[in-house]
Amino acid sequence: MNVLRNLVDRIKPTFEKGGKLGFLHSTFDAFETFLFVPNTVTRRGSHVRDCVDLKRVMIMVVLALVPAMLFGIWNTGYQHKLAFGLTDWTFWNVVLYGLAKVLPLYVVSYLVGLGIEFVSAQIKGHEVNEGYLVSGMLIPLIVPVDVPLWMLAIAVAFAVLIGKEVFGGTGMNIWNPALLTRAFLFFSYPSKMSGDTVWTGGVDRAVNGDGMPFMGGNGLVDGFSGATPLADPTLANLEPKLLDMILGTIPGSVGETSVIAILLGAALLIWTGVASWKIMVSSVLGGLAIGYLGYAVGATDLPGYYQLVMGGFLFGTVFMATDPVTSAQTECGKWIYGFLVGALAVTVRIWNPGYPEGMMLAILLMNTFAPLIDHYVIEGSIKRRAKKVKIA
Amino acid sequence: MSNNIYLKKGLDLPISGEAAQTVRGVIVPDVVAVKPTDFRALVPKLLVREGDRVLAGTPVLADKMSQNILFASPVSGTVAEVVRGAKRKLLEVRIKADAQQEFVDFGVKKVATMSAEEIKASLLAAGLWPSLVQRPYGIIANPEVKPKAIFVSAFNTAPLAADMEFVLRDEIENIQTAINALNKLTDGGVHMSLNAANYSGTPFHKFENVIQHTFEGKHPAGNVGVQIHHVSPIRKGETVWTVSMLMLAAIGKLFNTGKYDVRRKIAVTGPMAIEPAYVESYPGASVKSLKAFYDPSLDLRFVSGDVLTGTNVGKDGFLGFYDNQMTILEEGDKYEMLGWAKPFRPALFSASRTYFSWLTPKKKYDMDTNLHGGPRAFVVNDVYGKVLPMDLYPVYLLKACLANNIDDMEKFGIYEVLEEDFALCEYVCPSKIEIQQIISDGIALMLKEMC
Repeated sequence: MNVLRNLVDRIKPTFEKGGKLGFLHSTFDAFETFLFVPNTVTRRGSHVRDCVDLKRVMIMVVLALVPAMLFGIWNTGYQHKLAFGLTDWTFWNVVLYGLAKVLPLYVVSYLVGLGIEFVSAQIKGHEVNEGYLVSGMLIPLIVPVDVPLWMLAIAVAFAVLIGKEVFGGTGMNIWNPALLTRAFLFFSYPSKMSGDTVWTGGVDRAVNGDGMPFMGGNGLVDGFSGATPLADPTLANLEPKLLDMILGTIPGSVGETSVIAILLGAALLIWTGVASWKIMVSSVLGGLAIGYLGYAVGATDLPGYYQLVMGGFLFGTVFMATDPVTSAQTECGKWIYGFLVGALAVTVRIWNPGYPEGMMLAILLMNTFAPLIDHYVIEGSIKRRAKKVKIA
Repeated sequence: MSNNIYLKKGLDLPISGEAAQTVRGVIVPDVVAVKPTDFRALVPKLLVREGDRVLAGTPVLADKMSQNILFASPVSGTVAEVVRGAKRKLLEVRIKADAQQEFVDFGVKKVATMSAEEIKASLLAAGLWPSLVQRPYGIIANPEVKPKAIFVSAFNTAPLAADMEFVLRDEIENIQTAINALNKLTDGGVHMSLNAANYSGTPFHKFENVIQHTFEGKHPAGNVGVQIHHVSPIRKGETVWTVSMLMLAAIGKLFNTGKYDVRRKIAVTGPMAIEPAYVESYPGASVKSLKAFYDPSLDLRFVSGDVLTGTNVGKDGFLGFYDNQMTILEEGDKYEMLGWAKPFRPALFSASRTYFSWLTPKKKYDMDTNLHGGPRAFVVNDVYGKVLPMDLYPVYLLKACLANNIDDMEKFGIYEVLEEDFALCEYVCPSKIEIQQIISDGIALMLKEMC
């Protein structure tokens, strides 16, 4: 430890103002504070401080995403194995395939995203904010595994630049940057983001073959569908698959499929208090309410709880809607915001034939309206209080 | 006990170094200082020159804005030095203390027969008027104003704060005198808030002529601002006064003995205090006079007051006018490798569950002054409300202060708060924002624009 500290101290002057590499100050600072909690002492105000910092908060979210990520890696290989009838694949084959598919997504997400973060911190002369650690972790989990890497790179660049940096960086943005990445992909390259062939690794290439050896018989097993449950949300189709949907052994975006892995993450987030349980609960309530409403009026034959385990509902509820920066800030506002996220997502699913999934749009829309919700919650509370004070 | 107010939100900081309930001696410091910087927005006028002889109670400073507000020397002695800072700003008047104390005689007075004007005049003349602090803004009370009410907190929940029952054991009679006197200055009465947990155990519940309230909860339940918020919130245009028990004792002594006697029991506390205990000394006592309590070879921070709201006075500094606590901490200018990534950091306390200090609720921590992170924008928004037992929106108030938006500051409650109420918000803030400074700047702006 001391050896490393001494090394850092020795090269530090080079990166300070006036040093040879002074223009890389923010970058150096980012790596230094990553390795060492800085020796800064309190100058004003409270003389002692809690040992929690944003790095710790962010790393908790990253940890909470690990079960979903690991499951996603395995499931990517597993879906590939099912699609191509690779019965001789062992667990390790499956995991290796998944790694080979998911790891590049991570590399691109972090390289592009962090690269932009570092450069903009450098330009503004700020410290590098750790917010992208979470966004970068989320992005590969909410895209189809076969999304071309260059598309992902453009989408990430768009989300970080337009979605975050122009507003002033982490804490100032109005939309969740990870979802913005997905929205960008969704509207710019719809053929890679929806349909039956994009959700399973290798299938798109096999089916729409660019001169690949699978042309003709194309290697897919007979009866392969590749569709996510949302493609045909009927009871007849989904009832036999309910257990698979909870376990997550179905096609879908990398990290969104397993209810169990997501709930593990949710437990950690709620326990550490990093994400708001109020938003999660109210979003689930909103989803159930509209799900059962649709069931009652006959718009769908799926009981409401199916809406929770399909598609990205739970993943969005736990990891995206609860983003503290873009969600509602007041406690009462969180209930309203969460409920509307869940309700809107299911509304889109049931009543909008154009979009099978509504979670992404529901969250982005509610991100937009979160400040408005807060505004009315606060106005109401201040008025109530003024009345109470007058009476007393 | 009918109107007990239970506050769910708050945090008791588990910091080590609580003062043992013994008095380790009477310290007449070599040098004491009268510091205009103890008072918000005060423009001081110097009334003495170097070499002048003063008694305990001789005015040393006056308020330039209303020159009948005087600030007295706590000891008898000779003015040794007038310390000025940048732009000749007056920082300290240092007085070399005599070994034997002599007092100005203000005359013993019977409060019962005095009028409000007479009481005001006595307090002003004796230099005890600055004991009365006005809300909003936390400035010295304006003698021309009749406040809505006067509030006193009879318990202190701040970290390692001096135990009020212990400190004021012998002052009960004086405090009663002061209460009787202050009752004449307002129509709203003197409100005293007691700790519900120790209601029958404290001699304070026997005071007469007070309107009692009881509070239950963690820090900042003992902050008078929090109590006012729950008893009778301050609206725009209203003024209330607050006064501490400590200053009540001094006011009572003035009427009962005719002396400006601000000698008090001071708790010397903190993780780096050696055998923390009480001493009897004066406001303005020098840090050096407490040398039995610390190891001068270490890199220490001396805080006049508690760790959350006190002032860093430095090793050559002096205790503040309102304070009866000195906290000694180690400077935390050390690096910690991968600190934020370690699963456990057993030596550090966190109010959040991202660490494991919730497993050891009884443990006390040797806290130092490290910031434990780098400054960031507001990200996590629900941590502040959990330690602020007021019906306010802290982040919104802070952002209004940052934006210098006076309308919003009013709306979000700037009249009801002082820095001390937000100290815990600052403590728990994962973005390491200097929240008390933001509030302070906000109040300064209000003072500039509204007064």
